[in-house]
Amino acid sequence: MSKDLVINDLHISVQGKPIIKGLNLSVKQGEIHALMGPNGSGKSTLANGLMGHPLYEIDSGEVIFSGVDVLELEANERAKLGLFLAFQYPTAIPGVTLANFLRLAVSAVRAKEGNGSDNDGLIPMREFRGELREKMRQLGVDDSFARRYLNDGFSGGEKKRAEILQLAMLEPKIAILDETDSGLDIDAVRIVGESVSQLIGPELGVLIITHYPRLLDYIRPQFVHILLDGNIVESGGWELAQMLEAEGYDPIREKYGIKEEQNGEV
Amino acid sequence: MAKSETNTMEEIGISNEYQYGFHDDIKPTFKSRKGLDEEVINQMCDIKDEPDWMREYRLDAYKIFKQKPMTKWGGDLSQLDFDDIYYYVKASDRSERSWDDVPDDIKKTFDRLGIPEAERKFLAGVGAQYDSEVVYHNIVEELDKIGVVFLDTDTAIKEYPDLVKKYFGTIIPSADNQFAALNSAVWSGGSFVYVPPGVKVEYPLQAYFRINSENMGQFERTLIIADEGSQVHYVEGCTAPTFSSESLHSAVVEIVCMKGSRVRYTTIQNWANNVYNLVTKRAFAYEDAQMEWVDGNLGSKLTMKYPSVYMMEPGARGDILSIAFASKGQHQDAGAKVYHCAPHTTSQITSKSISKDGGRSSYRGWVDVAKGAKGCKSHVVCDALILDKDSRSDTYPVIEIGENDTNIEHEARVSKIGEEQLFYLMSRGLSEEEASTMIVNGFIEPLVKELPMEYAVEMNRLIQLQMEGSVG
Repeated sequence: MSKDLVINDLHISVQGKPIIKGLNLSVKQGEIHALMGPNGSGKSTLANGLMGHPLYEIDSGEVIFSGVDVLELEANERAKLGLFLAFQYPTAIPGVTLANFLRLAVSAVRAKEGNGSDNDGLIPMREFRGELREKMRQLGVDDSFARRYLNDGFSGGEKKRAEILQLAMLEPKIAILDETDSGLDIDAVRIVGESVSQLIGPELGVLIITHYPRLLDYIRPQFVHILLDGNIVESGGWELAQMLEAEGYDPIREKYGIKEEQNGEV
Repeated sequence: MAKSETNTMEEIGISNEYQYGFHDDIKPTFKSRKGLDEEVINQMCDIKDEPDWMREYRLDAYKIFKQKPMTKWGGDLSQLDFDDIYYYVKASDRSERSWDDVPDDIKKTFDRLGIPEAERKFLAGVGAQYDSEVVYHNIVEELDKIGVVFLDTDTAIKEYPDLVKKYFGTIIPSADNQFAALNSAVWSGGSFVYVPPGVKVEYPLQAYFRINSENMGQFERTLIIADEGSQVHYVEGCTAPTFSSESLHSAVVEIVCMKGSRVRYTTIQNWANNVYNLVTKRAFAYEDAQMEWVDGNLGSKLTMKYPSVYMMEPGARGDILSIAFASKGQHQDAGAKVYHCAPHTTSQITSKSISKDGGRSSYRGWVDVAKGAKGCKSHVVCDALILDKDSRSDTYPVIEIGENDTNIEHEARVSKIGEEQLFYLMSRGLSEEEASTMIVNGFIEPLVKELPMEYAVEMNRLIQLQMEGSVG
């Protein structure tokens, strides 16, 4: 079955204020899309709305994934279908080790596919450990990561690497990376970018949501879209990202008559 | 004096309405009549064949108990009727119930908790004393080689009268509080532990192995003496629901930590929801001694329990880790008390509470630094987790400082399970219930990692059971 993500005429509000206004976008497995936009254009609202965050109200439209409209599904059901969101600000869960959390998450996501599991519904510990160790090596993540409490006291770079490690373990069909490069220094962006590029293949579709084009130096998208005031105003190829790199968002804003948002990201 | 007789369970006050009130064929060989007076205490002393000093001790304590007004602080005790309680029931040595008579749902709970066969039979009141007696016998033999005494307190009075008499009631006198007075008057069972100088007991002493005819008493009395430089870890309770026939449980635990000794006392309690659990626990820690209380309270209708450490000489240290889980109809009034009676003493209190389905948890703490006790340090951390809007959490800290040269820190946090935390975990495939359970388990991790392995596993499963059906 096709695992494409198809967004049709999507409207999302936050606290009654319309943010995403009739957005259309389609991401196929194996494709890499970049959605670029200035602060306040609705980037994070789209990411959270697609994953099913309860604070983001879907006003109308549809999001078809794996052939079903996922808008009525809880976030965990979307995850089980193969949708993944790498968070801009991953939340800390004190007292829960990354390894314990991931074992439950991986078991939950794979249970749908009827994989082998023991009595608790968890994948066997040895199998899980082996897989985790292999993925951590592949991504150059230190072994001690697995025993640390999830995102608790992690640096900005560590949090993003933990997100990518989760992506690698959960093996989604479509991954949304929400500002994965924000708050990282140049080295950290390179490490994260190289990690993601290792995971890219015909089975994975990626939607990179970003303000700056710098992450795209490591993960070259085939499609670039510009988000402005809750809508995609232009779509094209790499040249669009280059244009933004050179000129910034001002010429685009001017072209579409949109004022700069002062109230930060939504 | 009443002669031994046999009664039906109804006569000795086990109600059929009780949550785990399956019928029970344990035949008590003696029961006192309802209520308490000197005659009841005298009967008890006669049956136990106790020395005169203990009879006097009980009768004195009873006088004090009568004079004490009903405790007004803490939880609601207005439904507690002292005249409607049997204060002494001596069960027969062997239960006649068989495992087949235990209801399926109880067996299922044991299964899911992963409780060992011998222990679950005991918990269900099936005649498992034999099994535990064998285990206990082997342990006692091992301990005997290194001079450690581990007995029930009734036996200890007969076998080690001088040692018991020297310390009994010195840490918690009868007049300490209403329930200490009651326990002193009517106590039965509990553990007596003595560890000789320099001896380190390598494995935890578990009350479960000690239990014989005086099992799971209502008014347990425990006394632990750690002689100079010794070390011991004592574990009581269990995470399985404890099926109790009586609604009042009032224990007293006294601990003496002599110079340079180290004692850890771990409790996990999960009383049935009809039980008032009113416990006094206190330790005296002398020079460079270290006392650690690890205290987990999951069940009961009302728990009032504040393990305390009196640091009597320089270098003493007291650590108290307390966790309370208050669910529907439950009030956990738990906390800790530390008294810095000497200079250069250190204490750490960590309290964690979880309230759910309208449950109420309170932290009640006391930090006291005596005048002249210079260079003391105390650090208190209270974390409360509230799972829904019907539930409640309160903090009642008291800090009394008689000395300027001290370092006292108090941190308190109340949190709700964050929408962001739930969403984050759910976006990774966890259901809302799995996500909440994971957050709660993470919250109590500081206690769980201090538990012996098998208790830690049970504790996590128990939280899982408590959380089931709590969402959606």
